[in-house]
Amino acid sequence: MVRVEVKLKKGHFDPEGDVTTKSLRDLGFPVSGVRVSKVYTVELEVNDKERAMSLAREMCRKLLANPTKDDFFIEVLAGEGGVN
Amino acid sequence: MDLSRAKACIARVGGTNCDLEMKVALENLGLTAEVLHMKQILKRGLSEYQLFVLPGGFSYGDYVRAGAIWGKEVHSKIKSELEAFIDEEKLVMGVCNGFQVMIEAGILPNGELVEVPKAALANNMSAKYECRWVYLRVERGGTPFTGDLETGEILKIPVGHGEGRFIPASEDFLKELIEEGCVLFRYSMPSGEAAEGRYPYNPNGSVYDIAGICNRKGNVMGMMPHPERAFFGWQLPEERNVPYGDGKRIFQGIIKYLQKY
Repeated sequence: MVRVEVKLKKGHFDPEGDVTTKSLRDLGFPVSGVRVSKVYTVELEVNDKERAMSLAREMCRKLLANPTKDDFFIEVLAGEGGVN
Repeated sequence: MDLSRAKACIARVGGTNCDLEMKVALENLGLTAEVLHMKQILKRGLSEYQLFVLPGGFSYGDYVRAGAIWGKEVHSKIKSELEAFIDEEKLVMGVCNGFQVMIEAGILPNGELVEVPKAALANNMSAKYECRWVYLRVERGGTPFTGDLETGEILKIPVGHGEGRFIPASEDFLKELIEEGCVLFRYSMPSGEAAEGRYPYNPNGSVYDIAGICNRKGNVMGMMPHPERAFFGWQLPEERNVPYGDGKRIFQGIIKYLQKY
């Protein structure tokens, strides 16, 4: 299993994060900023950690991220259903 | 070609909209237009058509990113067919979600289906879904989609989107787009000067006020505003007693091009 996090590149305007910041502040939380990201937990049919990593990278390149605005972070998860 | 032999294919998947408005607009000007589901396109191919339209909407729920799933489907299933279509100088048009699909499929800004897009249509700066009438300045008249329109003319056409902020992959790439005449429409003030990011004239914060772009040849075009929603006079917010709205001018360009094709 891999965990892929896709988020806006640093410096890119994040309206959802800004609106959430404002709302949390309205509720009285001492919040200076929120960045919103998307997390995909991908169940893979492979058992090799390096292969899982390279497949996830390919997934980001081809679908999950748009390199003009997104950064992505991949974590290979061990354990049940994960890579041994 | 004889217009009675020309045909438009308006593509559809779950979540598309304004496909019928598109059909009515094209048919009003004498073109035969068919709305085809992607599954039908995969069976039938595109060889009998001269215009391929990706309409607006929220294809596949806009999951992952607006237009991403359909864009990648286009890329993986009809890439070579669509590339041949473009090479034959037939017309490809994407409106709103259709433009997002074109960006995600790499059809624009490149004019060929590259695997990794060189631009993005990001969330509006206002953090709102912008549904309003905007002014567009024609940056390049006389292309297949701008027909008799002259550079500098102003059109009033509505937008309806949450993710329309055009971002090029780099400053240099933006320069290239401008220099090569690929910027077709810019959001402007009613007077015609560029909006220069001013809200609400630039409704989404698009870089360089970009509302629509084309490839170098001009036969592939994508735009965020909806010309099919400004085709008839009765669709306009005011002056409804006129027969047609400004959106018609873009469809007239298409017709003029196809008559010569």
